[in-house]
Amino acid sequence: MTAPRTTDSAAPRPDPALVRDWLSEVPDPEIPVISITDLGIVRDVAWEEGTLVVRVTPTYSGCPATSVIEMEIERHLAERGVASLRVERQLSPPWTTDWIGAEAREKLRAYGIAPPIDGTASDGRLAARAARLAGGGNASPACPRCGSARTEEVSRFGSTPCKAAWRCTDCLEPFDYFKCI
Amino acid sequence: MAGAADPRPGDPLFAPEHRDAAFDWLCGLGDGALILGHRLSEWCGKAPALEEDIALANVALDLIGHAEMWLALAGEVEGQGRSADDLAYLRDALRFRNPLLVELPNRDMAVTTMRQFLFDAWHLPMLHALSESASPRLAEIAAKARKEVAYHLERSQDLVIRLGDGTEESHARMQTALERLWPYAGELCQPAPGDAALVEAGLVPDMAAVSATWQEILDETLREATLERPEGRADVQNGGRKGRHSEHLGFLLAEMQFLQRAYPGAEW
Ligand SMILES: [Zn+2]
Repeated sequence: MTAPRTTDSAAPRPDPALVRDWLSEVPDPEIPVISITDLGIVRDVAWEEGTLVVRVTPTYSGCPATSVIEMEIERHLAERGVASLRVERQLSPPWTTDWIGAEAREKLRAYGIAPPIDGTASDGRLAARAARLAGGGNASPACPRCGSARTEEVSRFGSTPCKAAWRCTDCLEPFDYFKCI
Repeated sequence: MAGAADPRPGDPLFAPEHRDAAFDWLCGLGDGALILGHRLSEWCGKAPALEEDIALANVALDLIGHAEMWLALAGEVEGQGRSADDLAYLRDALRFRNPLLVELPNRDMAVTTMRQFLFDAWHLPMLHALSESASPRLAEIAAKARKEVAYHLERSQDLVIRLGDGTEESHARMQTALERLWPYAGELCQPAPGDAALVEAGLVPDMAAVSATWQEILDETLREATLERPEGRADVQNGGRKGRHSEHLGFLLAEMQFLQRAYPGAEW
């Protein structure tokens, strides 16, 4: 995003584990209750010849939050005194919601977003359609508001690329489902 | 843009003998995603239902994201220093390599939905095969994109079935849309003359194999949707890969490229 800042050989090199801790304070711009490390998009933190390299994987290819996240990382680490930084985008392996930790899933639920149900990513096959339309099976998220399992999909696409729109048939509230990818 | 990953000089995609064909092929894929993404974005704020409006904008966003990755890679392969933005905003219609299907006007939701389904049903097996490419750069973008495209196909397939097997009105409109788009659909699976060497090198998929899966998805879905597969040939309208476009592309580019043409280098 920006050219590496000039290297000051005397500058301290904070440990990558410490840098990860700092990055866990950077909120996701679209879902501020979870951090970018909660999301699992920080793939690697390492020093390369005096430059701190942070590798980040995008959630969705066209997600407008990706550049914002990269800017936030730069700003946050600059405040912590990192003088030479390079943020790299890493595509492989592609991001999956499986990388969202258990604690983050609870934060999502408390925020009103049903967390992803692992193993239910779309494979585009027609065969799964009947089960999907019936809303049954393991692909049906519980209502984050009342906990009811009686929910139905309104649209496979929601307010941001990572979410789908669902509705609870018990409390009748609409809710976002963080869809599995 | 984030700092790019290493250009990986060992990647066979960058071999000099493949340069022209690979650039052309990548523009084909990138332009297809870009132009369809732009068409879908035209629905933003005026689709017939809020859920559809949001879904179409989301799919558009994914496709424009894919276009950015493919065109950036095309620029790297070409080696002339052109960025994804340069390729998207500063080429004329003759230089675009998208299939004609994606540049056709949206018309009604039947045409928009049917076109999306015809495209998605090709796009998913295409990316699936491409994720096995001998080029790590091609493979990783395809592996990323195909997860998103699986959702695109699920949605468009669902809609084709619900509208096809819906009311008399929706059924008739979907059948008409299918017949209108059919002569353009086959171009998706038509290889360009330069592709053979790329297929030989294991860089890009053999279109015959992609076409077979595409046909299967089509047959299965149309049957469920109670729609009739048109009898005519599906590949009579073509030429996009050679830069021979319909009159519609020029108008689309006039809108899409206006800002960069009028205010070169403008950023926001
Ligand atoms: Zn509820």
